[in-house]
Amino acid sequence: MSAPAPQLKSTPLNAAHRQLGGRMVDFGGWDMPVQYPTGTLEEHMRTRTHSGLFDVSHMGEIEVRGQDAITFVNRITSNDVTKLVDGQAQYSALTTPQGTVVDDLLVYRFAQDHLLLVVNAGTTEKDWDWISSHLTERAVQLRNASSEYCQIAIQGPDAPGILQSLTQLSLDEIKYYHFREGAVDGVPAIVSRTGYTGEDGFEVYAAADKAEQLWNKLLDTGNFGTSAGVLPCGLAARNTLRLEAGMSLYGHEIDETTTLLEANLGWICKLNKGEFEGREALVRQKETGVSRRLVGFEVIARGIARDDQDVLISGERLGKVTSGSPAPFLKKNIGFAYVPVQFANEGQDIQIDVRGRAVAAKVVKTPFYKRER
Amino acid sequence: MANIPEDLHYSKDHEWVRVAGNIATIGITDYAQNSLGDVVYVELSKPGDELAANESFGSVESVKAVSELFTPVSGAVTEQNDALQDAPEKVNTDPYGDGWMIRVKMSSAGEVDSLLTAAEYEDFTKEETE
Repeated sequence: MSAPAPQLKSTPLNAAHRQLGGRMVDFGGWDMPVQYPTGTLEEHMRTRTHSGLFDVSHMGEIEVRGQDAITFVNRITSNDVTKLVDGQAQYSALTTPQGTVVDDLLVYRFAQDHLLLVVNAGTTEKDWDWISSHLTERAVQLRNASSEYCQIAIQGPDAPGILQSLTQLSLDEIKYYHFREGAVDGVPAIVSRTGYTGEDGFEVYAAADKAEQLWNKLLDTGNFGTSAGVLPCGLAARNTLRLEAGMSLYGHEIDETTTLLEANLGWICKLNKGEFEGREALVRQKETGVSRRLVGFEVIARGIARDDQDVLISGERLGKVTSGSPAPFLKKNIGFAYVPVQFANEGQDIQIDVRGRAVAAKVVKTPFYKRER
Repeated sequence: MANIPEDLHYSKDHEWVRVAGNIATIGITDYAQNSLGDVVYVELSKPGDELAANESFGSVESVKAVSELFTPVSGAVTEQNDALQDAPEKVNTDPYGDGWMIRVKMSSAGEVDSLLTAAEYEDFTKEETE
C-alpha cells in the first residue's frame, strides 16, 4: 500500500479506501478510488438492488450568509432560489453571460439568510473565484468551507433503512430534495435526500474529522461483506449509475461552451424570475431555438461508444459523444451526445465512430433508467 | 499476487503465449485482467487474418477503459474464442484457460524465445507497480 502522490488532494477517507483495497486514481487533482476489489459491475448492481456507499468529500461547499444571500445567489444561478423553503435543496447552475455553465450545483436553504452551495470538486476553486468576483450585495458573507466537511452518500433501496438505524431523525419525513440537521451515530450532520445514482438515498455532510467513524459505521450497519450488504463504490460506478439515470456530468455534458438549453436543462432556467447572469442570452436562444441538442443514445450494433467519439449521421460527422459507457444494469451500451437539433429526435438512426468503425446506434429518450417507485 | 504460470511465454504488453507444436494460443495475463477490471467486451481478429508480431489483434474493454491487444508472435489466426462474445467475463475469471483469445499458426517459431519467461514477467510487473 502506497501513500497518495504529494501533489494530489485527498479526502479524510483516503486511508479507509486504501485499507479496503480501493484502486486509487488521480481524479481532477484528487486521489480517489475508481473501484474496490469487488469491481465496478458489482458495485453498480448492488447500488441498484441493495445499497452502495460513496465518498464524495471532494465536492466543494461554499457558505453564503447574510440578509442578501438569496438575492445574491438568485442573481448568479439559473434556478429560482426564492422558491426554496428552509430545509429544501435545489439543483441549479452557475451561468456565464452567454448562458453556458460555470458549474452545476446544489443550493441548500438553511434559513432566509443562510445558504450552502455544493459544487463539483474539480471546479471548486474556479467557482469560488467566480462567485466572489460577482458579489456586489453588501449584506453577504462568503466562506469556502470545502475542507471542513466530509460528504458520504448512501444510495439504493436499502439506504433509508441503514441510515434510519443510526439517527433519531425521521427519514420518512425528509422528502426528495429536502434535508434536516441532526445526529447520525451521535455526529452532528446534514442529512439530505439527494444523490447521483437514480436511486432513493441520502447524502450526509458532517465534520471532516468524523468521516471515518461515519463511513465505518455505515459499512457495519449495512452488513458490508455479506452478499446483500452495502458495498463501497468507486468513481467508475458513480459514473455509470449517473449515466443510466440520465444525469449530466460537468466537463462532459455541460461546460462553459454548452448552454443550459442545449443540455436539456431548461427546467432549471427560470427565465421569468428576474435578472440573472446569462438570462438575456438564454431568452434569446429560447426564441431563436437551439442549433444542437444533447440526446441519449443506445448502441444497437456490437460495440461500446466512448467519450469524445464522433457521431455520424448519413455518413457526415455532425456530433460528439459526451459520455459513452456500458450500462451495467440495463445491459446495453449507452451514451449522451450533442447532435444538430433536426436530428435530436427519439428513434433517429445515428452511428458512432468507434476507433474507425461506424457502429449503429439510435437516439432514445432519457433517463435510460428509472427506478420503480 | 498475480498468478503467472511457469510454462507460458509473456510479452511486455501483458499477453501470454502457450505453444503447442507450431500453434500459439494467446490471451492476457492475470495481472492485466486485474488492472483492467470487469471485462465487458472483447473484439478479436478473425481466422485467416495474417498478423505480424506486435500487431493489434483486437481490443478488450472494461467498464471504464479500452485496451488494445498485441500479438507477441507472427502468423495466421486459426481460431478465435467465440465464447468471449457472450461471456467476456471469462477473461477475468480464467485468463489462462477459458479466457484465451486467439490461436495463431506461427510463421516464425523462434519469436517465442525473445519473449519473457514467467520469472522475468514477474519482475517486470513488480517494476510497473512501483
